Amino acid sequence: MKIAVMVKQVADTAAKIQVLSDGSGMDYSGVQLVLNPYDEYAVEEAIKLKEASGGEVVIFNLGPDSADEALKTALAMGGDRAVVLRDPELGQADASVRAEILAAMIAREEFDIIFCGKQSVDSDTHQVGPAVAQKLGMPAATFITSFVLDGTSATVSREAEGVTETLEIGLPALFTCTKGLNEPRYPSLPGIMQAARKPKEVLSLADLGLTPAAKVKVHGLSSPPPRAEGRMLAGETNEKVSELVRLLRDEAHAV
Amino acid sequence: MTNIWVYLETGSAGLTKPSLEVLGEAKRQADGGQVTALLLGKGLDEAAALAARYGADKVLVGDDDRYEPFNLESQVHALVPALQASGADFLFMPVSTHGRELSSRLAMALDSGLAVDVTALESKDGALHFTRPIFAGKAFETVTLEGTPAIATLRPNLFQTMDEDAAASASVEALSADAPGDLRTAVKEAVAAALDKIPLQEAKVIVAGGRGMKGSDEFKILEDLAEVLGAAVGASRAAVDAGWRDHSDQVGQTGKTVSPVLYIACGISGAIQHLAGMSSSRYIVAVNKDAEAPIFKVADYGIEGDLFEVVPMLTDEFKKALA
Repeated sequence: MKIAVMVKQVADTAAKIQVLSDGSGMDYSGVQLVLNPYDEYAVEEAIKLKEASGGEVVIFNLGPDSADEALKTALAMGGDRAVVLRDPELGQADASVRAEILAAMIAREEFDIIFCGKQSVDSDTHQVGPAVAQKLGMPAATFITSFVLDGTSATVSREAEGVTETLEIGLPALFTCTKGLNEPRYPSLPGIMQAARKPKEVLSLADLGLTPAAKVKVHGLSSPPPRAEGRMLAGETNEKVSELVRLLRDEAHAV
Repeated sequence: MTNIWVYLETGSAGLTKPSLEVLGEAKRQADGGQVTALLLGKGLDEAAALAARYGADKVLVGDDDRYEPFNLESQVHALVPALQASGADFLFMPVSTHGRELSSRLAMALDSGLAVDVTALESKDGALHFTRPIFAGKAFETVTLEGTPAIATLRPNLFQTMDEDAAASASVEALSADAPGDLRTAVKEAVAAALDKIPLQEAKVIVAGGRGMKGSDEFKILEDLAEVLGAAVGASRAAVDAGWRDHSDQVGQTGKTVSPVLYIACGISGAIQHLAGMSSSRYIVAVNKDAEAPIFKVADYGIEGDLFEVVPMLTDEFKKALA
């Protein structure tokens, strides 16, 4: 079983990341960068599968040089080797550009399964996984919370608008992973030691023969509108509760 | 004038409300252009008629077993050629699990730009500008899209449906599609949750609990309140990680991003990743015994107090007020 896992480095969700004052981008100063939380489920599922049925887990990453840190986490968890494309601009390119590049990186070999997180928690498009599958002409299931390999197909389940679906998908196929699929392991100390020595192939756009064109033009970033100062309700508990109900019904018309 | 195709979704209660909202926004943005509704599934006559009364000039119906239950492969197979031949400027869709995977594949197949989770639209300098949250709402980006049709998915609860025009009708045509070759995706089972369970992202009111709930049984008081308000029940990451609620209930940057009319946070301190997922709610109420909790910084109305005392009282009070 040959398994590809696409990972991205993102700002920690606990970070108070803000728009730069000139609106040209996000201010990453002092922000801790981590492996995208949903990608952890993808890496874990790949490693579990390899442990159960053998094979190889190859980690794919597109981003700046600093993304090697997130890559190291994936390798320390148990990925066998990495294929990367290093470019400070392309890491934040629009999702279709990133998907096109990642698909070309993956297409250089034959994989049975591709895993990735259901979304990266920076651009939040949920787009790269299914777009890579489309480019590679393979079926895909997104938001999976269970995965059972069954010879040449996989049976997965996922929740969609209150409906729990069970899908059987013929391999090769791509799956995007979400919370509930597994409990991602912490990298072990020996795993961390080994990660630095694992093979890493570095590709360029020229190697792939690609000149991807952006499909989305960003005109500007803005901060969320500040919320008006709230009001702490005063009095005994029953007075606060009555006042709240009155405010929500008569003033806010929220109920 | 802009021609817009709108992908509509149906649920157990027929055409979904987010679908009607998207249809309404398409009608406004079309500015005299044609709005074509797309319906794929089984038994769609009533939905097609409803689409006409809520803004569709034309309805294309794909009535076939292979679209119901939703099968991504069949839908992509049918929609790509139809959209390529459509001459439409845009395809609008509601945000949903199916909508996300479908829009992503369609955008790649059509070589088109895609903006997901759109919260605002503006026509400016001859182009539609789409505003969408990034970093779960810690920031917003405004984008324009290349390609035709370009695709946008719109968030629920933010766009107005048209007023129903009972006299309106639309031409209804069959969506023709070649039979797909061998499908590699089989839907084995699709089990709907309890009929009265409202999906978190569509809910107009959300009652959410955090670490302060102390246990899974204690969520009963939130469910009682939710029932009175017709609300969905959400949870913070702390409550989900403690095993008190299912992960599908999680609100926040590593869960669902929601924008209901009213969000009632009970025993939730307000970690940055949680606030990112819910601070675009129109009204926020916080109930917490710690007056210093960060949740009060984003709350419109705050009650400092013991939620186990406050919430049941609130349920009773709403029962009386809404009776």
